Amino acid sequence: MAEHTSNGHFNSSGLRLKTGLAEMLKGGVIMDVVDVAQARIAERAGATAVMALERVPAQIRAQGGVARMSHPRMIREIIDTVSIPVMAKARIGHFAEAQVLQVLGVDFIDESEVLTPADETYHIDKHAFTTPFVCGARDLGEALRRIAEGAAMIRTKGEAGTGDVVHAVRHMRQIVREMRSLTVLGEEELYNAAKEFRAPYELVRMVAKSGKLPVPNFSAGGIATPADAALVRQLGAEAVFVGSGIFMSDSYTFAEPEEAEIRARAIVRASTHFDDPRILAACSEECQGAMKGLAAAVLDEKELLQTRGW
Amino acid sequence: MSEGSLTVGVLALQGAFDVHAAMLKQLGAHAQLIRRPEQLGGLDGLILPGGESTTFLKHLERDGFFETLAAFVRTKPTFGTCAGCILLARDVERPAQRSFGVLDVTVERNAYGRQIDSTILLTPTSIAGGPLEMVFIRAPKITRTGPEVDILASRAEAPVLVEQGHLMAATFHPELSTDTRIHQHFLDLVSRYKLQ
Repeated sequence: MAEHTSNGHFNSSGLRLKTGLAEMLKGGVIMDVVDVAQARIAERAGATAVMALERVPAQIRAQGGVARMSHPRMIREIIDTVSIPVMAKARIGHFAEAQVLQVLGVDFIDESEVLTPADETYHIDKHAFTTPFVCGARDLGEALRRIAEGAAMIRTKGEAGTGDVVHAVRHMRQIVREMRSLTVLGEEELYNAAKEFRAPYELVRMVAKSGKLPVPNFSAGGIATPADAALVRQLGAEAVFVGSGIFMSDSYTFAEPEEAEIRARAIVRASTHFDDPRILAACSEECQGAMKGLAAAVLDEKELLQTRGW
Repeated sequence: MSEGSLTVGVLALQGAFDVHAAMLKQLGAHAQLIRRPEQLGGLDGLILPGGESTTFLKHLERDGFFETLAAFVRTKPTFGTCAGCILLARDVERPAQRSFGVLDVTVERNAYGRQIDSTILLTPTSIAGGPLEMVFIRAPKITRTGPEVDILASRAEAPVLVEQGHLMAATFHPELSTDTRIHQHFLDLVSRYKLQ
Protein backbone atom coordinates (compact mmCIF):
# COMPACT_ATOMS: atom_id res chain seq x y z
CA MET A 1 0.00 0.00 0.00
CA ALA A 2 1.21 3.51 -0.72
CA GLU A 3 2.56 5.35 2.28
CA HIS A 4 -0.09 7.10 4.34
CA THR A 5 0.56 10.81 4.10
CA SER A 6 -0.80 13.33 6.56
CA ASN A 7 -3.52 14.45 4.15
CA GLY A 8 -6.33 12.47 5.71
CA HIS A 9 -8.06 15.51 7.20
CA PHE A 10 -10.31 17.95 5.49
CA ASN A 11 -8.59 21.27 4.74
CA SER A 12 -5.21 19.60 5.13
CA SER A 13 -2.64 20.85 2.62
CA GLY A 14 -2.79 17.58 0.68
CA LEU A 15 -6.52 17.73 0.12
CA ARG A 16 -6.36 21.46 -0.70
CA LEU A 17 -3.89 20.75 -3.50
CA LYS A 18 -6.16 18.01 -4.80
CA THR A 19 -9.36 20.06 -4.76
CA GLY A 20 -7.29 22.99 -6.05
CA LEU A 21 -6.66 21.18 -9.33
CA ALA A 22 -10.38 20.37 -9.50
CA GLU A 23 -11.08 24.13 -9.12
CA MET A 24 -8.87 24.76 -12.18
CA LEU A 25 -11.03 22.40 -14.24
CA LYS A 26 -14.34 24.12 -13.41
CA GLY A 27 -16.46 25.34 -16.28
CA GLY A 28 -14.61 23.12 -18.72
CA VAL A 29 -14.96 19.81 -20.52
CA ILE A 30 -12.92 16.68 -19.78
CA MET A 31 -12.85 14.37 -22.78
CA ASP A 32 -12.31 10.61 -23.07
CA VAL A 33 -9.60 9.78 -25.62
CA VAL A 34 -8.29 6.40 -26.76
CA ASP A 35 -5.11 7.49 -28.54
CA VAL A 36 -2.67 10.33 -29.18
CA ALA A 37 -4.57 11.56 -32.25
CA GLN A 38 -7.78 12.00 -30.24
CA ALA A 39 -5.86 13.64 -27.39
CA ARG A 40 -4.52 16.22 -29.85
CA ILE A 41 -8.01 16.89 -31.18
CA ALA A 42 -9.35 17.29 -27.63
CA GLU A 43 -6.62 19.77 -26.66
CA ARG A 44 -7.09 21.72 -29.89
CA ALA A 45 -10.84 21.89 -29.28
CA GLY A 46 -10.32 23.42 -25.82
CA ALA A 47 -10.66 20.44 -23.44
CA THR A 48 -9.43 21.25 -19.92
CA ALA A 49 -8.18 17.68 -19.48
CA VAL A 50 -8.25 14.32 -21.23
CA MET A 51 -9.16 10.92 -19.81
CA ALA A 52 -6.85 8.29 -21.31
CA LEU A 53 -8.84 5.10 -21.96
CA GLU A 54 -8.28 1.98 -24.03
CA ARG A 55 -11.94 1.83 -25.00
CA VAL A 56 -14.61 4.49 -24.54
CA PRO A 57 -17.65 3.39 -22.49
CA ALA A 58 -19.80 2.82 -25.60
CA GLN A 59 -17.23 0.32 -26.89
CA ILE A 60 -16.85 -1.36 -23.50
CA ARG A 61 -20.61 -1.77 -23.36
CA ALA A 62 -20.82 -3.13 -26.91
CA GLN A 63 -17.77 -5.41 -26.82
CA GLY A 64 -18.03 -6.74 -23.26
CA GLY A 65 -15.13 -8.48 -21.53
CA VAL A 66 -13.24 -7.24 -18.47
CA ALA A 67 -12.47 -3.54 -18.66
CA ARG A 68 -9.22 -2.65 -16.89
CA MET A 69 -6.79 0.24 -16.42
CA SER A 70 -5.33 1.40 -19.76
CA HIS A 71 -1.91 0.24 -20.88
CA PRO A 72 0.83 2.39 -19.26
CA ARG A 73 2.56 2.93 -22.60
CA MET A 74 -0.59 4.46 -24.07
CA ILE A 75 -1.04 6.70 -21.01
CA ARG A 76 2.60 7.80 -21.20
CA GLU A 77 2.28 8.67 -24.89
CA ILE A 78 -0.73 10.86 -24.16
CA ILE A 79 1.06 12.53 -21.23
CA ASP A 80 3.96 13.29 -23.57
CA THR A 81 1.63 14.68 -26.25
CA VAL A 82 -0.63 17.21 -24.52
CA SER A 83 0.07 20.12 -22.14
CA ILE A 84 -3.29 19.85 -20.36
CA PRO A 85 -3.86 17.51 -17.36
CA VAL A 86 -4.21 13.80 -18.10
CA MET A 87 -6.60 11.59 -16.16
CA ALA A 88 -6.91 7.81 -16.23
CA LYS A 89 -9.27 5.24 -14.74
CA ALA A 90 -8.61 2.55 -12.16
CA ARG A 91 -11.10 -0.20 -11.31
CA ILE A 92 -13.19 0.27 -8.15
CA GLY A 93 -11.10 -0.97 -5.21
CA HIS A 94 -8.03 -1.71 -7.37
CA PHE A 95 -5.45 0.25 -5.41
CA ALA A 96 -2.58 -1.43 -7.24
CA GLU A 97 -3.80 0.00 -10.56
CA ALA A 98 -4.03 3.37 -8.83
CA GLN A 99 -0.44 3.00 -7.58
CA VAL A 100 0.68 2.40 -11.17
CA LEU A 101 -1.23 5.46 -12.40
CA GLN A 102 0.31 7.65 -9.69
CA VAL A 103 3.82 6.53 -10.65
CA LEU A 104 3.05 7.27 -14.33
CA GLY A 105 2.35 10.89 -13.34
CA VAL A 106 -1.36 10.92 -14.15
CA ASP A 107 -2.87 14.18 -12.79
CA PHE A 108 -6.23 12.76 -11.63
CA ILE A 109 -7.31 9.14 -11.09
CA ASP A 110 -10.93 8.20 -11.80
CA GLU A 111 -11.98 5.25 -9.63
CA SER A 112 -14.60 4.35 -12.15
CA GLU A 113 -17.69 2.18 -12.44
CA VAL A 114 -17.09 2.14 -16.21
CA LEU A 115 -14.32 -0.42 -15.61
CA THR A 116 -15.08 -3.84 -14.15
CA PRO A 117 -14.97 -3.55 -10.32
CA ALA A 118 -12.06 -5.27 -8.57
CA ASP A 119 -13.55 -5.21 -5.07
CA GLU A 120 -17.15 -5.90 -4.09
CA THR A 121 -16.96 -4.15 -0.72
CA TYR A 122 -14.16 -1.62 -0.53
CA HIS A 123 -13.26 1.40 -2.57
CA ILE A 124 -9.66 2.63 -2.72
CA ASP A 125 -8.36 4.50 0.34
CA LYS A 126 -7.73 7.65 -1.63
CA HIS A 127 -6.10 9.50 1.28
CA ALA A 128 -3.14 7.16 0.84
CA PHE A 129 -2.29 8.78 -2.51
CA THR A 130 -0.73 12.10 -3.50
CA THR A 131 -2.58 12.05 -6.83
CA PRO A 132 -6.17 13.35 -6.54
CA PHE A 133 -9.14 11.08 -7.24
CA VAL A 134 -12.54 11.64 -8.83
CA CYS A 135 -15.36 9.20 -8.10
CA GLY A 136 -18.87 8.71 -9.43
CA ALA A 137 -22.02 9.10 -7.34
CA ARG A 138 -25.74 8.73 -7.87
CA ASP A 139 -26.88 10.32 -4.64
CA LEU A 140 -25.57 12.42 -1.76
CA GLY A 141 -24.77 9.49 0.51
CA GLU A 142 -22.61 7.85 -2.15
CA ALA A 143 -20.87 11.18 -2.87
CA LEU A 144 -20.08 11.74 0.82
CA ARG A 145 -18.82 8.17 1.29
CA ARG A 146 -16.38 8.73 -1.59
CA ILE A 147 -15.32 12.11 -0.15
CA ALA A 148 -14.75 10.43 3.24
CA GLU A 149 -12.42 7.98 1.47
CA GLY A 150 -10.50 10.95 0.03
CA ALA A 151 -12.10 11.82 -3.33
CA ALA A 152 -11.24 15.41 -4.34
CA MET A 153 -13.95 15.64 -6.97
CA ILE A 154 -17.34 14.02 -7.46
CA ARG A 155 -18.96 13.38 -10.81
CA THR A 156 -22.52 12.25 -11.06
CA LYS A 157 -22.47 8.87 -12.78
CA GLY A 158 -25.23 9.08 -15.35
CA GLU A 159 -25.14 6.02 -17.57
CA ALA A 160 -21.84 5.99 -19.43
CA GLY A 161 -21.63 5.05 -23.08
CA THR A 162 -25.29 5.58 -23.90
CA GLY A 163 -25.39 9.12 -25.25
CA ASP A 164 -28.62 9.37 -23.24
CA VAL A 165 -28.52 12.20 -20.72
CA VAL A 166 -31.51 11.06 -18.64
CA HIS A 167 -29.50 9.39 -15.85
CA ALA A 168 -26.99 12.24 -15.62
CA VAL A 169 -29.99 14.51 -15.04
CA ARG A 170 -31.55 12.14 -12.52
CA HIS A 171 -28.36 11.90 -10.46
CA MET A 172 -27.62 15.61 -10.51
CA ARG A 173 -31.19 16.44 -9.48
CA GLN A 174 -31.04 13.80 -6.74
CA ILE A 175 -27.83 15.17 -5.21
CA VAL A 176 -28.94 18.81 -5.44
CA ARG A 177 -32.33 17.95 -3.90
CA GLU A 178 -30.73 16.03 -1.03
CA MET A 179 -28.24 18.83 -0.33
CA ARG A 180 -31.07 21.35 -0.25
CA SER A 181 -33.07 19.15 2.12
CA LEU A 182 -30.16 19.12 4.58
CA THR A 183 -29.95 22.91 4.78
CA VAL A 184 -33.34 23.17 6.53
CA LEU A 185 -32.67 20.54 9.19
CA GLY A 186 -32.01 21.41 12.82
CA GLU A 187 -28.65 20.51 14.43
CA GLU A 188 -30.22 17.60 16.31
CA GLU A 189 -31.68 16.16 13.09
CA LEU A 190 -28.30 15.92 11.35
CA TYR A 191 -27.20 12.83 13.29
CA ASN A 192 -30.14 10.90 11.96
CA ALA A 193 -29.59 12.34 8.46
CA ALA A 194 -26.03 10.99 8.58
CA LYS A 195 -27.42 7.58 9.49
CA GLU A 196 -29.94 7.68 6.65
CA PHE A 197 -27.40 8.84 4.09
CA ARG A 198 -24.91 6.26 5.40
CA ALA A 199 -22.31 9.03 5.43
CA PRO A 200 -20.02 10.55 8.08
CA TYR A 201 -21.76 13.08 10.33
CA GLU A 202 -19.02 15.72 9.88
CA LEU A 203 -19.47 15.75 6.09
CA VAL A 204 -23.27 15.80 6.38
CA ARG A 205 -22.94 18.80 8.68
CA MET A 206 -20.64 20.60 6.21
CA VAL A 207 -23.21 20.14 3.43
CA ALA A 208 -26.03 21.28 5.73
CA LYS A 209 -24.13 24.51 6.48
CA SER A 210 -22.99 25.35 2.93
CA GLY A 211 -25.69 23.74 0.76
CA LYS A 212 -23.03 22.25 -1.48
CA LEU A 213 -20.48 19.46 -1.58
CA PRO A 214 -17.13 20.16 0.09
CA VAL A 215 -15.40 19.27 -3.22
CA PRO A 216 -16.23 20.30 -6.82
CA ASN A 217 -19.22 18.49 -8.33
CA PHE A 218 -19.03 17.62 -12.03
CA SER A 219 -21.38 15.67 -14.30
CA ALA A 220 -20.79 12.63 -16.51
CA GLY A 221 -22.51 9.74 -18.25
CA GLY A 222 -24.52 10.24 -21.43
CA ILE A 223 -23.72 13.86 -22.33
CA ALA A 224 -23.64 13.95 -26.15
CA THR A 225 -24.63 17.43 -27.38
CA PRO A 226 -23.93 21.10 -26.52
CA ALA A 227 -27.46 21.37 -25.13
CA ASP A 228 -26.86 18.30 -22.91
CA ALA A 229 -23.78 20.01 -21.46
CA ALA A 230 -25.74 23.22 -20.86
CA LEU A 231 -28.57 21.25 -19.24
CA VAL A 232 -26.40 19.57 -16.60
CA ARG A 233 -24.48 22.81 -16.01
CA GLN A 234 -27.76 24.65 -15.35
CA LEU A 235 -28.80 21.86 -12.98
CA GLY A 236 -25.68 22.47 -10.90
CA ALA A 237 -22.74 20.64 -12.51
CA GLU A 238 -19.57 22.73 -12.27
CA ALA A 239 -17.99 21.06 -15.31
CA VAL A 240 -18.69 18.10 -17.59
CA PHE A 241 -17.06 14.85 -18.63
CA VAL A 242 -17.84 13.77 -22.18
CA GLY A 243 -16.90 10.26 -23.19
CA SER A 244 -18.32 8.42 -26.13
CA GLY A 245 -20.36 11.45 -27.21
CA ILE A 246 -17.52 13.21 -29.00
CA PHE A 247 -15.52 10.58 -30.82
CA MET A 248 -18.17 7.93 -31.54
CA SER A 249 -20.86 7.80 -34.25
CA ASP A 250 -22.45 4.77 -32.66
CA SER A 251 -21.27 2.06 -30.27
CA TYR A 252 -18.87 0.56 -32.83
CA THR A 253 -17.78 3.31 -35.19
CA PHE A 254 -15.59 6.32 -34.58
CA ALA A 255 -16.80 9.63 -35.99
CA GLU A 256 -14.68 11.37 -38.64
CA PRO A 257 -11.94 13.37 -36.86
CA GLU A 258 -13.17 16.68 -38.34
CA GLU A 259 -16.70 15.97 -37.19
CA ALA A 260 -15.47 14.98 -33.70
CA GLU A 261 -13.43 18.18 -33.42
CA ILE A 262 -16.41 20.35 -34.36
CA ARG A 263 -18.53 18.56 -31.75
CA ALA A 264 -15.81 18.86 -29.12
CA ARG A 265 -15.41 22.57 -29.80
CA ALA A 266 -19.16 23.18 -29.62
CA ILE A 267 -19.53 21.30 -26.32
CA VAL A 268 -16.61 23.28 -24.82
CA ARG A 269 -18.30 26.53 -25.80
CA ALA A 270 -21.68 25.34 -24.50
CA SER A 271 -20.20 24.44 -21.11
CA THR A 272 -18.84 27.97 -20.65
CA HIS A 273 -21.93 29.78 -21.99
CA PHE A 274 -24.39 27.32 -20.43
CA ASP A 275 -26.82 30.08 -19.42
CA ASP A 276 -26.80 32.00 -22.71
CA PRO A 277 -29.36 30.41 -25.07
CA ARG A 278 -28.26 32.49 -28.08
CA ILE A 279 -24.71 31.16 -27.91
CA LEU A 280 -26.11 27.67 -27.24
CA ALA A 281 -28.17 27.90 -30.41
CA ALA A 282 -25.05 28.83 -32.37
CA CYS A 283 -23.04 25.92 -30.84
CA SER A 284 -25.84 23.49 -31.58
CA GLU A 285 -26.04 24.70 -35.17
CA GLU A 286 -22.32 24.09 -35.71
CA CYS A 287 -22.61 20.40 -34.80
CA GLN A 288 -23.26 17.84 -37.49
CA GLY A 289 -25.43 15.36 -35.65
CA ALA A 290 -24.53 13.49 -32.48
CA MET A 291 -23.72 9.97 -31.41
CA LYS A 292 -26.62 7.65 -32.30
CA GLY A 293 -26.82 6.49 -28.70
CA LEU A 294 -28.64 3.90 -26.75
CA ALA A 295 -31.81 4.79 -24.83
CA ALA A 296 -30.96 4.09 -21.18
CA ALA A 297 -34.56 3.00 -20.56
CA VAL A 298 -34.15 -0.14 -22.68
CA LEU A 299 -31.12 -1.35 -20.71
CA ASP A 300 -31.59 -4.24 -18.29
CA GLU A 301 -30.71 -3.61 -14.66
CA LYS A 302 -27.67 -5.89 -14.99
CA GLU A 303 -26.40 -3.90 -17.99
CA LEU A 304 -26.23 -0.68 -15.99
CA LEU A 305 -22.74 0.55 -15.08
CA GLN A 306 -24.02 3.06 -12.51
CA THR A 307 -25.01 0.39 -9.96
CA ARG A 308 -21.33 -0.47 -9.45
CA GLY A 309 -19.91 1.23 -6.35
CA TRP A 310 -20.94 0.79 -2.75
CA MET B 1 -11.18 55.42 -2.17
CA SER B 2 -13.10 52.53 -0.60
CA GLU B 3 -13.16 49.11 -2.26
CA GLY B 4 -16.96 49.37 -2.43
CA SER B 5 -16.70 51.72 -5.39
CA LEU B 6 -14.42 49.39 -7.36
CA THR B 7 -15.76 47.01 -9.99
CA VAL B 8 -13.36 44.22 -10.82
CA GLY B 9 -14.02 41.63 -13.50
CA VAL B 10 -12.95 37.99 -13.33
CA LEU B 11 -12.50 36.25 -16.66
CA ALA B 12 -14.93 33.32 -16.27
CA LEU B 13 -14.40 31.26 -19.42
CA GLN B 14 -13.17 28.39 -17.31
CA GLY B 15 -11.07 27.73 -14.19
CA ALA B 16 -10.90 29.15 -10.67
CA PHE B 17 -13.05 32.24 -11.27
CA ASP B 18 -15.51 31.55 -8.40
CA VAL B 19 -12.87 31.62 -5.68
CA HIS B 20 -11.37 34.87 -7.03
CA ALA B 21 -14.80 36.49 -7.12
CA ALA B 22 -15.52 35.35 -3.56
CA MET B 23 -12.25 36.88 -2.35
CA LEU B 24 -12.94 40.20 -4.11
CA LYS B 25 -16.38 40.34 -2.49
CA GLN B 26 -14.88 39.51 0.89
CA LEU B 27 -12.65 42.59 0.47
CA GLY B 28 -15.65 44.77 -0.40
CA ALA B 29 -15.22 45.12 -4.19
CA HIS B 30 -17.90 44.39 -6.80
CA ALA B 31 -16.93 41.24 -8.69
CA GLN B 32 -18.26 40.63 -12.20
CA LEU B 33 -17.86 37.39 -14.14
CA ILE B 34 -16.72 38.12 -17.70
CA ARG B 35 -17.57 35.70 -20.51
CA ARG B 36 -18.03 37.98 -23.52
CA PRO B 37 -15.95 40.88 -24.89
CA GLU B 38 -18.68 43.50 -24.49
CA GLN B 39 -18.74 42.85 -20.71
CA LEU B 40 -15.28 44.45 -20.31
CA GLY B 41 -16.67 48.00 -20.48
CA GLY B 42 -16.98 49.80 -17.14
CA LEU B 43 -14.49 47.63 -15.25
CA ASP B 44 -11.85 49.24 -13.03
CA GLY B 45 -9.68 46.14 -13.13
CA LEU B 46 -9.62 42.51 -14.17
CA ILE B 47 -8.40 39.17 -12.84
CA LEU B 48 -7.29 36.46 -15.27
CA PRO B 49 -7.65 33.31 -13.13
CA GLY B 50 -5.98 29.93 -13.15
CA GLY B 51 -7.33 27.19 -15.38
CA GLU B 52 -6.05 25.87 -18.69
CA SER B 53 -4.48 28.61 -20.83
CA THR B 54 -5.02 26.56 -24.02
CA THR B 55 -8.77 26.44 -23.22
CA PHE B 56 -8.86 30.21 -22.56
CA LEU B 57 -7.20 30.88 -25.93
CA LYS B 58 -9.74 28.68 -27.71
CA HIS B 59 -12.60 30.78 -26.28
CA LEU B 60 -10.78 34.05 -26.96
CA GLU B 61 -10.41 33.19 -30.67
CA ARG B 62 -14.05 34.10 -31.23
CA ASP B 63 -15.80 37.43 -31.72
CA GLY B 64 -12.58 39.47 -31.50
CA PHE B 65 -12.36 38.69 -27.77
CA PHE B 66 -8.58 38.28 -27.87
CA GLU B 67 -8.05 41.72 -29.45
CA THR B 68 -10.54 43.45 -27.11
CA LEU B 69 -8.92 41.87 -24.07
CA ALA B 70 -5.42 42.66 -25.36
CA ALA B 71 -6.40 46.34 -25.61
CA PHE B 72 -7.86 46.21 -22.07
CA VAL B 73 -4.76 44.76 -20.42
CA ARG B 74 -2.50 47.31 -22.13
CA THR B 75 -3.98 50.13 -20.05
CA LYS B 76 -6.23 48.77 -17.26
CA PRO B 77 -5.09 47.14 -13.99
CA THR B 78 -4.97 43.38 -14.53
CA PHE B 79 -3.86 40.55 -12.26
CA GLY B 80 -3.04 37.17 -13.82
CA THR B 81 -2.67 34.03 -11.69
CA CYS B 82 -1.13 30.83 -13.09
CA ALA B 83 -2.78 30.46 -16.53
CA GLY B 84 -3.58 34.20 -16.31
CA CYS B 85 0.11 34.95 -15.81
CA ILE B 86 0.87 32.92 -18.94
CA LEU B 87 -1.63 35.01 -20.94
CA LEU B 88 -0.02 38.29 -19.82
CA ALA B 89 3.59 37.21 -20.50
CA ARG B 90 5.69 38.56 -23.34
CA ASP B 91 7.08 35.09 -24.12
CA VAL B 92 5.62 31.64 -23.43
CA GLU B 93 7.70 28.49 -23.69
CA ARG B 94 7.18 24.71 -23.61
CA PRO B 95 5.17 24.86 -25.75
CA ALA B 96 5.20 28.36 -27.22
CA GLN B 97 1.74 29.87 -27.47
CA ARG B 98 -0.05 33.10 -28.16
CA SER B 99 -0.22 35.69 -25.36
CA PHE B 100 -0.99 39.39 -24.80
CA GLY B 101 2.73 40.10 -24.40
CA VAL B 102 2.26 43.05 -22.01
CA LEU B 103 4.16 41.76 -18.97
CA ASP B 104 7.88 41.71 -19.67
CA VAL B 105 8.59 38.16 -18.51
CA THR B 106 9.27 34.77 -20.06
CA VAL B 107 7.10 31.96 -18.70
CA GLU B 108 7.67 28.24 -19.03
CA ARG B 109 4.46 26.20 -18.75
CA ASN B 110 4.10 23.33 -16.24
CA ALA B 111 7.77 23.89 -15.38
CA TYR B 112 7.55 22.48 -11.85
CA GLY B 113 6.15 19.16 -13.07
CA ARG B 114 2.78 17.45 -12.96
CA GLN B 115 0.04 17.45 -10.27
CA ILE B 116 2.07 15.08 -8.10
CA ASP B 117 4.71 17.86 -7.86
CA SER B 118 2.14 20.49 -6.82
CA THR B 119 2.94 21.95 -3.41
CA ILE B 120 2.09 24.54 -0.75
CA LEU B 121 4.98 26.71 0.47
CA LEU B 122 5.34 29.45 3.05
CA THR B 123 7.54 32.05 1.37
CA PRO B 124 8.88 35.52 2.28
CA THR B 125 7.48 38.49 0.36
CA SER B 126 8.09 42.22 0.20
CA ILE B 127 4.36 42.72 0.89
CA ALA B 128 3.98 43.69 4.56
CA GLY B 129 2.72 41.13 7.06
CA GLY B 130 5.24 38.30 6.96
CA PRO B 131 5.62 35.20 4.77
CA LEU B 132 2.84 34.24 2.36
CA GLU B 133 1.23 30.85 1.88
CA MET B 134 1.61 29.94 -1.79
CA VAL B 135 -0.41 27.16 -3.43
CA PHE B 136 1.37 25.92 -6.56
CA ILE B 137 -0.70 23.68 -8.87
CA ARG B 138 0.96 22.46 -12.07
CA ALA B 139 2.59 25.85 -11.91
CA PRO B 140 4.37 27.76 -14.66
CA LYS B 141 7.80 29.27 -13.97
CA ILE B 142 8.96 32.80 -14.68
CA THR B 143 12.41 32.29 -16.20
CA ARG B 144 13.19 35.91 -17.18
CA THR B 145 12.02 39.34 -16.01
CA GLY B 146 12.55 42.66 -17.81
CA PRO B 147 13.96 45.81 -16.13
CA GLU B 148 10.48 47.30 -15.47
CA VAL B 149 9.32 44.27 -13.48
CA ASP B 150 9.31 44.36 -9.66
CA ILE B 151 9.70 40.99 -7.96
CA LEU B 152 7.52 40.73 -4.82
CA ALA B 153 8.32 37.08 -3.99
CA SER B 154 10.43 34.22 -5.32
CA ARG B 155 10.59 30.44 -5.05
CA ALA B 156 14.22 29.35 -5.05
CA GLU B 157 15.64 31.74 -7.67
CA ALA B 158 12.47 32.08 -9.77
CA PRO B 159 10.08 35.04 -9.30
CA VAL B 160 6.54 33.89 -8.38
CA LEU B 161 4.82 37.23 -7.68
CA VAL B 162 5.61 40.25 -9.86
CA GLU B 163 4.33 43.74 -10.59
CA GLN B 164 4.89 46.02 -13.59
CA GLY B 165 2.99 49.32 -13.62
CA HIS B 166 -0.72 48.45 -13.84
CA LEU B 167 -0.06 44.70 -14.07
CA MET B 168 0.38 41.98 -11.42
CA ALA B 169 1.04 38.29 -11.90
CA ALA B 170 1.48 35.23 -9.71
CA THR B 171 2.47 31.72 -10.74
CA PHE B 172 0.65 30.36 -7.67
CA HIS B 173 -2.96 30.63 -6.46
CA PRO B 174 -3.59 33.31 -3.82
CA GLU B 175 -7.34 32.68 -4.27
CA LEU B 176 -6.91 29.20 -2.72
CA SER B 177 -5.45 30.59 0.53
CA THR B 178 -7.25 32.44 3.30
CA ASP B 179 -4.62 35.22 3.27
CA THR B 180 -6.16 38.19 1.42
CA ARG B 181 -3.06 40.39 1.22
CA ILE B 182 -2.34 39.81 -2.45
CA HIS B 183 -5.89 40.59 -3.55
CA GLN B 184 -5.81 43.67 -1.30
CA HIS B 185 -2.53 44.71 -2.92
CA PHE B 186 -4.21 44.41 -6.33
CA LEU B 187 -7.29 46.37 -5.19
CA ASP B 188 -4.96 49.13 -3.93
CA LEU B 189 -3.40 49.22 -7.39
CA VAL B 190 -6.83 49.33 -9.05
CA SER B 191 -7.80 52.15 -6.70
CA ARG B 192 -4.68 54.19 -7.55
CA TYR B 193 -5.30 53.82 -11.29
CA LYS B 194 -8.93 54.81 -10.93
CA LEU B 195 -7.95 58.06 -9.21
CA GLN B 196 -5.47 59.00 -11.92
